[in-house]
Amino acid sequence: MWKWLHPYAKPERAYQLCNTLLPWFALPAVVCLVVGTIWGLAYAPQDYQQGDSFRIIYIHVPSAMLSMSTYVAMAIAALVGMVWQWRTAYMAMIAMAPVGAVMTFIALLTGAAWGKPMWGAWWVWDARLTSELILLFLYFGVIALYTAFEDKQQAGKAAGVMALVGVVNIPIIHYSVEWWNTLHQGSTITKFDKPSIATEMLWPLLLNIFGFALFIALVTTMRLKNEIIRREMHRPWVQMLVKQKETNDAV
Amino acid sequence: MMQFESWADFWAMGGYAFYVWLSFGVALGAMALITIFSVIEHKRLIKQVVTEQQRKLRIQRAQQQALNDTTEPDRSN
Repeated sequence: MWKWLHPYAKPERAYQLCNTLLPWFALPAVVCLVVGTIWGLAYAPQDYQQGDSFRIIYIHVPSAMLSMSTYVAMAIAALVGMVWQWRTAYMAMIAMAPVGAVMTFIALLTGAAWGKPMWGAWWVWDARLTSELILLFLYFGVIALYTAFEDKQQAGKAAGVMALVGVVNIPIIHYSVEWWNTLHQGSTITKFDKPSIATEMLWPLLLNIFGFALFIALVTTMRLKNEIIRREMHRPWVQMLVKQKETNDAV
Repeated sequence: MMQFESWADFWAMGGYAFYVWLSFGVALGAMALITIFSVIEHKRLIKQVVTEQQRKLRIQRAQQQALNDTTEPDRSN
């Protein structure tokens, strides 16, 4: 069933796939982010309680949601690497880690900048905030562990185990607002019934979530290309690729 | 329909200017930085491959040269 997927385990094919996908991520990402952000900042109606400070939602929610999704994607890549012994899967894993860390950082910072005017504090040691901070440390841990090993196959395995163990944190983040008493408000859009947010506010938010997802895909693809070249530097296909690129640039 | 009366009004963000623009500024900055770093890294890697190719070529030429020098008959006397 999954046979069609196997050629992409070869770094060369994976690299070609990256090149094919890049433009499909880049343009829609920019369009979604620009439209969503301008719409959210200038055209979405004010919140009746929070005034204009609620506009932080347009980056806080996408980055927070996708910091978790990216982590899950990274863990899946680690699992694939372990089960099928794909080197490219580990490369994908380590390509995602810094992007996920940036998303987590943005979520934490925008959360603090939203918390200050609304709760009166930049930071509180609350379940949601603390578990999201642990997510940031998990990303750092995966990156640090990968860098610590000279042999990158070993590094992939070690960092992969850490990524997989860290998955337990994801449901904790998600349900933290229900399991514990917290300052953080509950979900407004990921509820299965009607979302409790006005439609005029929801549309730009959905656009930005989509835009952030495409942005993450874009940067991950760029970083995966880098990782493949770094690991395959002395292989003939990389040598050919660079030679071709040089002649193309010269023309 | 624009929610603000004027540009000044827009930048003021209903008194939350600092928090809103801090959030959007840092998010934009962080996203731009990781993109730029990834591009720079790509260029650096390609350059590294080119440098190594050139070095390999130089070594090959030098070896060839050395081989030619030794195999050439000695006509000095």
